[in-house]
Amino acid sequence: MRKRKLCVLGAALAGMLMLGGCGKEEPTEYLTVFNYGEYMDPDVIDRFTEETGIGIKYEEALTPEELYAKYISGAIDYDLVCSADYMIQRLIEEGEAQKVDFASMEYADNIGDRFWEFSQAFDPDNEYALPYFYGTIGILYDTTKVDAPIDSWGVLFDGSYKNDIIMQNSQRDTFMITLKYLGHSLNTSDEGELREAQELLIRQKPDVQAYLVDEARDEVVAGNAAMAVVYSGEAYLGHEYNEDLAYVVPKEGSNVWIDSWIVTKHCKNPEAAAKFLDFLCREDVAEQNFEYIYYSTPNQAVVENMDEELRNDPAITPTEEDLAKCEVCTQTDPEITKLYNELWKELKAD
Amino acid sequence: MVRLKNAFMKCYLALILLFLYAPIFVLVVLSFNDSRSRVTWGGFTLRWYGELFSNRQILEALRTTLLLGLGSAAAATVIGTLGAVGIQAMRRRGYQIVMSLTNIPILNADIVTGIALMLWFVRLMPLGFGSVLAAHITFNIPYVILSVMPKLKSLNLSIYEAARDLGAGSVYAFFHIVLPQIGSGILAGFFMALTMSMDDFVITYFTKGAGVNTLSTMIYGEIRKGIKPEMYALSTLLFAVIFVILLVFNALSGRGKNTDDVIERSR
Repeated sequence: MRKRKLCVLGAALAGMLMLGGCGKEEPTEYLTVFNYGEYMDPDVIDRFTEETGIGIKYEEALTPEELYAKYISGAIDYDLVCSADYMIQRLIEEGEAQKVDFASMEYADNIGDRFWEFSQAFDPDNEYALPYFYGTIGILYDTTKVDAPIDSWGVLFDGSYKNDIIMQNSQRDTFMITLKYLGHSLNTSDEGELREAQELLIRQKPDVQAYLVDEARDEVVAGNAAMAVVYSGEAYLGHEYNEDLAYVVPKEGSNVWIDSWIVTKHCKNPEAAAKFLDFLCREDVAEQNFEYIYYSTPNQAVVENMDEELRNDPAITPTEEDLAKCEVCTQTDPEITKLYNELWKELKAD
Repeated sequence: MVRLKNAFMKCYLALILLFLYAPIFVLVVLSFNDSRSRVTWGGFTLRWYGELFSNRQILEALRTTLLLGLGSAAAATVIGTLGAVGIQAMRRRGYQIVMSLTNIPILNADIVTGIALMLWFVRLMPLGFGSVLAAHITFNIPYVILSVMPKLKSLNLSIYEAARDLGAGSVYAFFHIVLPQIGSGILAGFFMALTMSMDDFVITYFTKGAGVNTLSTMIYGEIRKGIKPEMYALSTLLFAVIFVILLVFNALSGRGKNTDDVIERSR
């Protein structure tokens, strides 16, 4: 009896193991790549290995902070890292990046000049960072639930949509938009200005339905809230699910974020790393990646090839005026970060 | 009065079942939802099941999870069973000390175990599948010992001695007399280890090398842009498979009854 029992179990487990599992030729060279989750089409990685014979060990993180912690722990030597502007700045300042010769790359020219200029906010001579995707922060709102088109952060603070607002559960984003509304720079290191922003947020808190991250978009899609502060890429997806939604970068200006690649100082094979970056800039690859992620791409060749509809969608292709109003976040002063933490905690605890 | 009590009991049971199974039910429903959003119903579809089996990443993670689970459970079962036999044979004092030592890793927070193992492995070997496997075997052993021990305690030693008297070697007697009697404990230990391994996120996260992903670490990476519907489909399938295995297992073990049966057969 016992034997039969084991046989049944054995067969069940063996069956489960049969899934997958036929190995291909093993590459001899490897690059260890560290990126955010869901931030590259897996096919792109396969294609790179097929074309160059260089294998990719791919590792994912959830937030810039987590990525930094895992990188710094030194358990794994990463060759290439992709992260947010302020984290890339920190890595460059700490000497973790090595210079990359972008001029010798075949497809680096596909990245528009404007984005190299944005990069200069944290990489003054464009020596380290290669722009990957970018976007803005704005308001995603349900056009059937508002009285007039929205064009200002003011609607979040003047109490006209009580309990119908969703804010980002992220201290930087929430403070940045408030600073912008108050007419300050989002990179301010003036404690008074930060406290002013906190005061406004505390006054706004009773009107806020919830502080959320990803779910912010879904709540507006489902019609549970009239508006939410979201990243532009999320806004695009929101519009896909619910035609009534619209996205706006308010007139007071906002944050433009830019995620970039750097080659780390641990990389022993800079040519392979440069090959990988070049590959990411190639038109067909960048396009495939764009169609997987749907964030704004700095790759001009891809933008020119886009459908009219996508090119005119402010959530996918921010307009010149929108970008002109926006600032890159470059505030990495540890003292200010600490103040941010304190103010945020006070706000959430209030 | 009695009727009221009965009604209350039924309500209570219904509530417990609701809390246990409603989330799983939602997951199953979402796996058939023809929309990537969690909140809009786009009609019934089997699309995600199709896409699941053409998604190399998910299959790779599933394979790693299963290999890791089965491999670490098998190794831990062997080591744990032998360990339990040894500990059982110890004197009272040694027995107590070693059993407390085995219990500590179970009570220890996963994150402590994970970081400690990572620091240890970084010095010894490159992080990769091997390091995760070693970590899983490590945290699985105590569970096997814990589930084998009670069986060993209730073991009828006279049968073993009788076998030796009748000329069986110690190895022969172990495999033919002891093992069948503690078999259900070993099997329970194996499954406990398998579930622990498949459940684990924290320790895997710290000890895995670049490019190695189990289902739990892969899902974690996906949270940033929302879980893909393929994952709902996979979770539904896993739930169904485990459900079926449990049913078969229960049906089989409901029939034969252990000790007497074993004595009967070992004659």
